[in-house]
Amino acid sequence: MTVFLFTIIVLLGAFLAGLLGSLTGLGGGVIIIPLLTLVLGVDIHYAIGASIVSVIATSSGSAAAYVKEGITNIRIGMFLEIATTISAILGAIITIYINPGYIAVLFGLILLFSAVMMLRKKVEHTDNDDSGKLARYFKLNGSYPTEQGTVSYSVHNVVGGFVMMFFAGIVSGLLGIGSGALKVLAMDNIMRIPFKVSTTTSNFMMGVTAAASAVVYLHRGQIDPGIAMPVCVGVLIGATVGSKVLIRSKPEKLKLLFAVVVAFLACQMIYNGLTGKL
Amino acid sequence: MKKDIKQLVGDKDIQLILGTLLRMGVLLSMAVVLIGGILYMYSDGKASVDYTVFVAEHADLTSISAIISGLMSGSGKAIIQFGIVLLIFTPISRVLLSVFSFLLERDYMYVLIGLIVLSIILFSLSNKLVG
Repeated sequence: MTVFLFTIIVLLGAFLAGLLGSLTGLGGGVIIIPLLTLVLGVDIHYAIGASIVSVIATSSGSAAAYVKEGITNIRIGMFLEIATTISAILGAIITIYINPGYIAVLFGLILLFSAVMMLRKKVEHTDNDDSGKLARYFKLNGSYPTEQGTVSYSVHNVVGGFVMMFFAGIVSGLLGIGSGALKVLAMDNIMRIPFKVSTTTSNFMMGVTAAASAVVYLHRGQIDPGIAMPVCVGVLIGATVGSKVLIRSKPEKLKLLFAVVVAFLACQMIYNGLTGKL
Repeated sequence: MKKDIKQLVGDKDIQLILGTLLRMGVLLSMAVVLIGGILYMYSDGKASVDYTVFVAEHADLTSISAIISGLMSGSGKAIIQFGIVLLIFTPISRVLLSVFSFLLERDYMYVLIGLIVLSIILFSLSNKLVG
């Protein structure tokens, strides 16, 4: 395949991945990696390197908007970044020593998990109860603007959330994805932070986490400009278009269809990983 | 009470600057990546590519010094890679800015937390972690 043709195909695929990723809230990485590996036969290590670059671009782009609105809790983000940066670097270091087949299987499992998380009914766990010593010591409790005025919330189970974030960082470093589903799980279910705050703060952290592992990938040569260029440009444009569409439409009905597509990709990754085709 | 209001205004300003920094970083790096991409298409568009096997030894633009020297020769690939490095530094500079803002707020605990995050990333930049 010529460079030109490869670039055009990846650009189109990345655009779709960014669009779908932003409409579903899954992120572009989980879709571009199966596309590169299953459809174009790209080695998974190159796909991971290109994907992590697109994660930095999309998360920084959308974090810019959220931070300005004042919803993001910068203290929670910074505090948890200690866990995610260490573990993301760790994940990026060990990924090269693991059989690519196992990486593909793990990727498929995380993809399935993300699809389930996407369909799950969201139940807000937030409250103003006393939040415990650690949350107060680290000044994590906060408030955010809503249409009904400023709402304050308290943060629970800081240790549990920190451990879960460490795990999310390892997955992010291993697979080159933002692992937003795991981050939101840590913040919604364990630390009981309101959705709006947890999704925006997770987005805010994703850029730094991805940058930490991207440095390792860059040194190792996993970030190839020929792949990374169309991937990050395509995903960023797709995600931007997606966020504009999202404001005007309710994608709830489409979510089931997306979940089926994602589950199919996940099964393909697991199957190809187990049979050693990746 | 008065102090609370002052604090709130300070936070808002910082958030505005943080948001602008992130947006500018992404726009600038993507512009550089695009320029590099066009040059790369112009010079190598008809060459053939094969990414089916990852070979670490084939990669050349893996350090900042290599990228800078590639820039000097006007290589499209090096310009793309330079844009990607700018992109990687965007969230890192965001952490640096947060450290300054916490310093202004005299929140020394968060100055320390920010510095810990920065030093973790600087440690990975030192290029000793790749086996």
